[in-house]
Amino acid sequence: MKITFPHMGNTYIVAKSLLDDFEVDYVIPPFNSKKALEIGTKYAPEMSCLPLKINLGNYIEAFEEGADTVLITGGCGPCRFGYYCEMSREILNDNGFNMDILTLELPNGNLKEFMKRIRKLTGGFNIPKVIKVVKDTLHVSKKVDSLEKLTFKARPREVKKGSVDRVYKDFQKDILNVKGSKQILKSIENTKNKIMRLEIDKDYEPLKVGIVGEIYTTIDFFTNLNIDSKLGGMGVEVDRAITVSGWITEHILKAIIPYRKDISYKEASKPYLGAMIGGHAQETIGNSVLYANMGYDGIIQIYPLTCMPEIVAESILPSVERDHDIPVLTLILDEMTGEAGYITRIEAFIDLLKKRKERREIGEELILSGN
Amino acid sequence: MEKNSFYLGIDVGSVSTNLVITNEKDEVVEKLYLRTGGQPINALRKGMQILADKFNKNIKISGVGTTGSGRQLASVITGADVVKNEITTHAVAAQRLVTGVKTILEIGGQDSKIILLKKGVVYDFAMNTVCAAGTGSFLDRQAARLEISIEDFGTYALKSKSSVRIAGRCAVFAESDMIHKQQTGHSVEDIINGLCEALVRNYLNNLAKGKDIQEPIVFQGGVAANIGIVSAFKKALGKDIIIPKYYDVMGAYGAALIAKDKIEKQNNITKFYGFNAAKNDYKAKSMECGDCSNLCEIIEITSNDEVLARWGDRCGKWSDTKSNKESAG
Repeated sequence: MKITFPHMGNTYIVAKSLLDDFEVDYVIPPFNSKKALEIGTKYAPEMSCLPLKINLGNYIEAFEEGADTVLITGGCGPCRFGYYCEMSREILNDNGFNMDILTLELPNGNLKEFMKRIRKLTGGFNIPKVIKVVKDTLHVSKKVDSLEKLTFKARPREVKKGSVDRVYKDFQKDILNVKGSKQILKSIENTKNKIMRLEIDKDYEPLKVGIVGEIYTTIDFFTNLNIDSKLGGMGVEVDRAITVSGWITEHILKAIIPYRKDISYKEASKPYLGAMIGGHAQETIGNSVLYANMGYDGIIQIYPLTCMPEIVAESILPSVERDHDIPVLTLILDEMTGEAGYITRIEAFIDLLKKRKERREIGEELILSGN
Repeated sequence: MEKNSFYLGIDVGSVSTNLVITNEKDEVVEKLYLRTGGQPINALRKGMQILADKFNKNIKISGVGTTGSGRQLASVITGADVVKNEITTHAVAAQRLVTGVKTILEIGGQDSKIILLKKGVVYDFAMNTVCAAGTGSFLDRQAARLEISIEDFGTYALKSKSSVRIAGRCAVFAESDMIHKQQTGHSVEDIINGLCEALVRNYLNNLAKGKDIQEPIVFQGGVAANIGIVSAFKKALGKDIIIPKYYDVMGAYGAALIAKDKIEKQNNITKFYGFNAAKNDYKAKSMECGDCSNLCEIIEITSNDEVLARWGDRCGKWSDTKSNKESAG
């Protein structure tokens, strides 16, 4: 059995740590790219959402490198993601890619079935070992996320443009040659120190933008055309409430271990959307409110074309915009996304935020200018 | 600042390439509206050549601003002082011409936008995402199909006696619906009027959905020349519409204003290469970088075998060798 898994931003680092520690044979698919997307677009239904397309591309590229089993998380998801497992299985088999799909989740709360899958993955069942590996993996995921948050803060303040990205991108590439959670953690620590040593402008006060929306497109830097880095390069500090580690903890671990879930976003979204309607719609609304309360300058919502929960959220966001006086920009992505239009919108949005901030700082009088 | 300073604004769009020269008083002394024809470099060179022939010795350009989808390209060729996105330039231009403007409707060749302002600051905007049914190139095509010139399109619409409802959601459906209406015997005037109304309906449903459209309302972009569309907007909104005097070159005009503002504020000397720069030979080459799986399309602009700029890469490897990073500031 040779495992592979789909790409989603930095998730491969977490998955790598897990599989290394379980000593499972695996293949990391080539990074998300136009090629992966082209392959996926060819096999996926036209109206399916972008993550399915790009992930299919991942599986097929990994298949070509010898993978025979796909490990994915979450199958009983409350949006189309819930069908990804079955859809991918059918599509792969129909097209002659002989691959099995292993879903890491609690199928209808059936712990026995879950354990069976874990056993299949690890080839045995050593409870202390499983607990240790899961703990270490979680630790890695948290560290990866905090490293990412550091880049969010460092990018707008860097003195030499692009210096943070250079270190960070090297890390993302070099981590492929590192094995096991211990070494991965060390590499993360090294990268963190490298970024901390970069020259930054401590007095610079950047605009702050919160990124909300569908999880895949907000997290995956290929799909969202490197929005973190683009905004960072424009001198904007970003934040994203939805993270890989947060998702693992909230959706997988806490489904198994009874533990209090993080519900701050649920409370914040209550006046607008009081129930879970699927996907991350409630998070989108709730986090937008939380960002507004934290004094952020603006919010960018990102989602793949045809994503129902986010379409609902988008139609609610104007009320949040009005009540909390915070501008919201919505970006919709699919395989046809043209980068030029995307950049134009982001640039104009940042111009808008800058003007608003200036006005607030100097009072009402403002001469017109686009600079 | 010396007297008689002039500023050049360039808007390289998908359908048209516009150049304007403004004076100290922000008046347009010359405007050019050229077809881009899929060849932005040629259109730009042609425009620069026309300006060079007319003004070369008598005018001193103190600042240059570029905008539109080809803004980066235009900046490399001309040596621009500011490179700005078209939303900001349109807003700046409208505010200069119409004091206190609150809503800007803009319909260009291939895109349309709505910009809302509060107290002189853009606070919301939207660009068409779904399809080009509500834009100038679609009207162009339909005018050609009905064998009337696009300039007369609006006049026909105003002659309409009874309204015909055309499906305006999608360019393909609209066209087949128009053919159907023609075959059932509706007059050309009524059909054209129906089309204008459909386009406006589409625009308002699509872009302006949920937005508070307040007066003064400015309508700009090439399509603002179409009196049929203007009257359809007036009818649909029940409000007055202002067409600014430089409606067809507002992007370029805004770019010139922003360039002027920047040069004056920072007391800078322009980076403009001069009109003769357009005489040089420019080549744009695109290639796919195969060094990683991103397969970025790198655009390289060369002039006489010298690389002027490169962009399009995600990692910065190519653009670093020639830094031309577009700043948002």
